[in-house]
Amino acid sequence: MNAPPPAGSTLRPVRIAGTGAYAPAHVLTNRDLEKIVTTTDQWIVERTGMRERRIAAENEAASDLGAEAARRALADAGMAATDVQLLLAATITPDYPFPNTGCIIQSKIGARHAFCMGLEAACSGFVYAVETARHFIATGTVENALVVGTEKMSSILDWTDRTTCVLFGDGAGAAVLRPAKRGRGVVASALGSDGSLSDLLLIPAGGSRRPTSEATVAAREHYLRMNGREVFKHAVTHMVRSARTALHRAGVVISDVRWIIPHQANMRIIRAVAERLGVPLERFVINVERYGNTSGASVAIALDEAARDGRIRDGDLVLMLVFGGGFTWGAMLLEWEKGS
Amino acid sequence: MSLEEKVKEIIVEQLGVNAEQVKPEASFIEDLGADSLDTVELVMAFEEEFRAEIPDEDAEKLTTVGAVIEYLKSKGFDKQLEENKSSNG
Repeated sequence: MNAPPPAGSTLRPVRIAGTGAYAPAHVLTNRDLEKIVTTTDQWIVERTGMRERRIAAENEAASDLGAEAARRALADAGMAATDVQLLLAATITPDYPFPNTGCIIQSKIGARHAFCMGLEAACSGFVYAVETARHFIATGTVENALVVGTEKMSSILDWTDRTTCVLFGDGAGAAVLRPAKRGRGVVASALGSDGSLSDLLLIPAGGSRRPTSEATVAAREHYLRMNGREVFKHAVTHMVRSARTALHRAGVVISDVRWIIPHQANMRIIRAVAERLGVPLERFVINVERYGNTSGASVAIALDEAARDGRIRDGDLVLMLVFGGGFTWGAMLLEWEKGS
Repeated sequence: MSLEEKVKEIIVEQLGVNAEQVKPEASFIEDLGADSLDTVELVMAFEEEFRAEIPDEDAEKLTTVGAVIEYLKSKGFDKQLEENKSSNG
């Protein structure tokens, strides 16, 4: 857990100055899934709240989705790609094991003056990346950053496993970070991890532990595996706890928060978090019914939707809550200041 | 309130069933209409109420009302409840 900044800190406050999202055109409905695995629309809706998800085309990789979201975020912020100084891409479905997807996006959008990195924190990726990038701005190392969360989850799903393949979708979201002008920008954050539980949500093979071989392919070890019960429990517990920690650090209470943007893993998780925080669902930004779980892109897509349709307004306190493989989790509270 | 009553109360609230349905032999999934995630949330509710940690390998065996009551008793939570009562005067 990160400590609050020391008193008299000279760190610059950092705001989100623009957002963008991109979802591939192809819609896969629950009815479509009934033809792929033994499941029903009712089963999926009752347990997840999902009705459809987007699936990228064969020739679309994570960088293609991410590049489009990045272009839209830059347009929204009124910034040229050549002005980007740091490009940070969070993904668990990179185009390649290396080089990092940030570099691939850089070349697609022409952000040639940026230094580029990848970051992997599974479904927590976007918030981890914003938290990382904002410190480069806060310390004065760079003047801006472009953060992208992008996933082609369909490329790591076992389409014979009905307990996982129905849960995920493809998509990307992006945000431009700049120094705040009047507001406080990112007010507080609370990130945490528990690596002792890494085997509950993972892709078993394809890394240095179990390099790709005929045996790993035959055993379907290159697909995502998840212990749903454990993930559910830990997700609810840690999203609630980190929310409380971030609010405490900011010196505000939950009723001060206008919008909560949770990771869109499952409607039942969101509802359980809402109940424990004592916040009506109307104050949550929810799109899980249309996109499923897009992992590191989910909060970024939801943030962009709520910013564009006018739900989030300047001065609003927005609380992002994430949980994912690792396990990783976190909360970030920001004061919205779109400005110009 | 006894441990049995407390457990019943939690089940009624979590699953939205009538108290009369919550018999010891009632199965959460077959008799009380719970799905797999409801049973996870039930276990979480018991953990929160009794300040207990119920490991997943134990939780998977708690399929009936009676099994939960027996399990919590075997962990001494009925006595804990009594102590809380007496300390609250």
